[in-house]
Amino acid sequence: MDKKQMELLQGTLDMLILKAVSLGPLHGYGILLRIQQISRDRLEIQQGSLYPALYRLEHQGWIASEWGESENKRKAKYYRLTAAGRRKLQTEAEKWNRMAEVIAGILQSTPEEV
Amino acid sequence: MEREMDAELRFHLEAFTEDLVRGGMARQEALRRARLEFGGIERAKEECREARAVDFIDGLLQDLRFGLRMLGKTPGFTAVATLTLALGIGANTAVFSVVNSVLLKPLNYPKAEELVALHQVAPGAAGLADFENGLLLSPSMYFTYAEQNHTFQSLGVWVTGTANVTGVAEPEQVRTVEVSDGVLQTLSVPPEIGRWLSPADQVPGGPERVMLSYGYWQRRFGGDRSAVGRNLTVDSRPRQIVGVLPPGFRLVDAEFDVIVPLAFDRGKLILAGFGYQGIARMNPGVTLAEADADLTRMLPIWMDSWSNGPGSDPHVYEAWRITPKIRPLKREVLGNVSDVLWVVMGTIGLVMLIACANVANLLLVKGEARQQEMAVRAALGAGRGRIVRGLLVESLMLGLMGGTLGVAFANSGVRLLLAMGPANLPRLSEISLDARALGFIVLLSLVSGLLFGLFPALKYSGSRPSLNLGSAGRSLSSSRESHRARSVLAVGQVAMALMLLVSAGLMIRTFRALRRVEPGFTDAEHLQVLRISIPDSLVNEPERVTRIQNEIVQNLAAVPGVRSAGFISKMPMEGFDAPWDAIYARDKVYSDGAIPPLRLFKYASPDFFRTAGTRIVAGRGLTWAEVYGLRPVVMVSENLAREMWGTPSAAIGKQLTEFRSMPWYEVIGVVEDVRENGVQEKPPETVYWPSLMDKLYGPGNQLGAVRTVTFVIRSERAGTEGFLNEMRQAVWSVNSSLPLASVRTMQEVYDRSVARTSFTLVMLGIAGAMALVLGIIGIYGVISYSVSQRRREFGIRVALGARPGNVLKMVLRQGAKMAVAGVVVGFGGAFALTRLMTSLLFGVAARDPATFVAVPVLLILVALLACYLPARRAMKVDPIVALRYE
Repeated sequence: MDKKQMELLQGTLDMLILKAVSLGPLHGYGILLRIQQISRDRLEIQQGSLYPALYRLEHQGWIASEWGESENKRKAKYYRLTAAGRRKLQTEAEKWNRMAEVIAGILQSTPEEV
Repeated sequence: MEREMDAELRFHLEAFTEDLVRGGMARQEALRRARLEFGGIERAKEECREARAVDFIDGLLQDLRFGLRMLGKTPGFTAVATLTLALGIGANTAVFSVVNSVLLKPLNYPKAEELVALHQVAPGAAGLADFENGLLLSPSMYFTYAEQNHTFQSLGVWVTGTANVTGVAEPEQVRTVEVSDGVLQTLSVPPEIGRWLSPADQVPGGPERVMLSYGYWQRRFGGDRSAVGRNLTVDSRPRQIVGVLPPGFRLVDAEFDVIVPLAFDRGKLILAGFGYQGIARMNPGVTLAEADADLTRMLPIWMDSWSNGPGSDPHVYEAWRITPKIRPLKREVLGNVSDVLWVVMGTIGLVMLIACANVANLLLVKGEARQQEMAVRAALGAGRGRIVRGLLVESLMLGLMGGTLGVAFANSGVRLLLAMGPANLPRLSEISLDARALGFIVLLSLVSGLLFGLFPALKYSGSRPSLNLGSAGRSLSSSRESHRARSVLAVGQVAMALMLLVSAGLMIRTFRALRRVEPGFTDAEHLQVLRISIPDSLVNEPERVTRIQNEIVQNLAAVPGVRSAGFISKMPMEGFDAPWDAIYARDKVYSDGAIPPLRLFKYASPDFFRTAGTRIVAGRGLTWAEVYGLRPVVMVSENLAREMWGTPSAAIGKQLTEFRSMPWYEVIGVVEDVRENGVQEKPPETVYWPSLMDKLYGPGNQLGAVRTVTFVIRSERAGTEGFLNEMRQAVWSVNSSLPLASVRTMQEVYDRSVARTSFTLVMLGIAGAMALVLGIIGIYGVISYSVSQRRREFGIRVALGARPGNVLKMVLRQGAKMAVAGVVVGFGGAFALTRLMTSLLFGVAARDPATFVAVPVLLILVALLACYLPARRAMKVDPIVALRYE
């Protein structure tokens, strides 16, 4: 974990959480691990800000929670994506891709193109 | 919630630590590292809580929107529930605003809590039951108390009366309050304009001054500020106006036009003369008991400082055992009206409970239909708390809607109460819907919303999703449990209705008992009364006064349609005090030092008893010849005759006197007892003197005539406008400066004296009727619903050979069970409630068996009637249809 990490862009944590749980129900710590794993540890996630985000998403109805048993037989709260959450993830992803494309286009532009 | 959050975060840290340990780190170090990486745990928790708080408010808004939608979906239910609640809340608020204005708010004087009425009793004084209302103060007592006390800031005495105001337009009789020095200072209400009456205005023989009430100032002077300083001719004497009191000012409970100084002549005062109300302002921190002790200390000083004339023993009053019982002024003003108001408040509160029970019942029925919805919500993950909250939000909204509509009902309710409340209800003018009453509405709406909402909410939120998703579509039979809940509510309603109806029944019996009492006059509707006063400044000679009164009687009797006329010093129930004193009979022996029982004194004209319809039970009436001849003849009441001589006829020819220097008066007639102080009070023993007498009001006086009398006229035309004009002409043809006051029929006087009872009766009647209707609707609803749920069962029964009659009986039995259970429960409540009413009852026991039998029987019959309709429906169930129904 002492590799060079990037700080998370404002407002992207929600999307990453949705993505993480879209692959199957996870508990909070699991979500953290999943994001780190997918990002190959290149993203730095404030663990403290993970849970408020989870509560917010749950309230908005994009994820739902349920108490279950963890791999090592302990009680843990599992989050899963709801149908609304799936749609939300899709639109957010599209938005993000368009935005990234536009920004990249701007940044790659040469003086001649302007 | 908080615990869940803790558990979740703890799990995170532990899992993290374990991963680190697995990676080869020492446990201790791993734990430290995990904490460090997580960051501020408390801050994270706080942020979680915030996210949840937003959740709560959002959820509430969601519930509100959803609730509104649900209420809108069932407009019938919503309308009925809102209306029921609005009626209940409106009625309760109306009564509350009366209770609030009359009982709870302090009196309208500065630092009103320091004000007291100098009430005292004299248990040792025999006769005159009237002393229950207290022994008033004598002028000499006032001086002793005012000058020698240690516990009062100020103190004074006052008495109400009337006076003639002449000089402008028609002569007018005005209501006066005569006050000693100290009365205005005690009340501390500054004048609107001008100044108070000062000690200098209380000097006998000094310049005569008066103050006006705001209303009289407006009426007589059009609110002209220059009225102060001008003269007003009161009882034919010019008196200077020194000030006007502010609007709404009342002297304790007295409304008045003019305040006149008493101006006692100190040198002429004796011990006696107990005719004045005392009020005082206590020093801060003084208790009632300390003030009582202070007055008790001064009583011997009073007896030593004054006398009743040479040769009299000033300590005769020791036998009276005069005992100060100082009361807060508020209690004095309110009198016994608080009993009535609390009973009315209690009964109307019961009506509210019944209304809540009805709405709860409706909600239960509705909840039954919404079982499926609840089950779906539960299955979708709504927690029980969330569902309860949703349902409660719905019922609170209902409550608030009822409350909003209730404001309108309360407003008209207050107006209705003001219109029909007893005219002598104290502080009537202060009653209004104020902020406190509106606060009461909000509180009542919310509390009732909780009350009727919680029951069904808890009931249905517990539904098990698995159970109800499957079965809610069918109604094989409604769940036993929910049916029981509705039955309990219906039983409660019947119980409360019983309590109210029993109370109303007792009031009806009271009213009938009052009506049956012979008041001592007959056919009150055709008995016109009016008061005329002839001040000595207008006519000085006593005999001339009597001749004028005699002429007035003759003129009145000559008006077409008049059968007879007469006059008396005071008619029964007129609402002011008559004089009283002890009398001595010639054939009895009296020990020195003791005062014999006190008797009421009245002064009647010949023809009075015939006109009023007061029966002469023995002997004969008075003649004018005897009046003018100053013949020592007198009449007495039947109860006095019986007490002194055994029978009415034995009293004839006996002689009595008031004091030694008075001649012996011979009893020539005995008249029936008269309910002087209202039909529910015992008639006082009374002596009827001629109105023209030597030494009329005491040993020191010469010939005197009673100057203020009530004329009574027996006529079919009593109370009509034309008749009134002719009577006025009849009086003015004798003397044109005599105003006619208190022109009423005896029926009005009578009604006013039973106003408190009729008010209570009407209020309990309304409450009882509302309770009956709501209770019956409750039973009808339960039975009707249960019949509709059991259609299939009835169908099967009929198909199996049950006769329609059996089905009918079955349903009726169900209703009867509820009614009987309600009656049994209600009995206990009724016993408790009616005990509180004892002071309002007359001629009937609080546990009157007739009422306690008749009302339950009536209630059960009506309940059965309410069950009959649904029962008939049950009877007519067609088995084929019923079986196909599901």
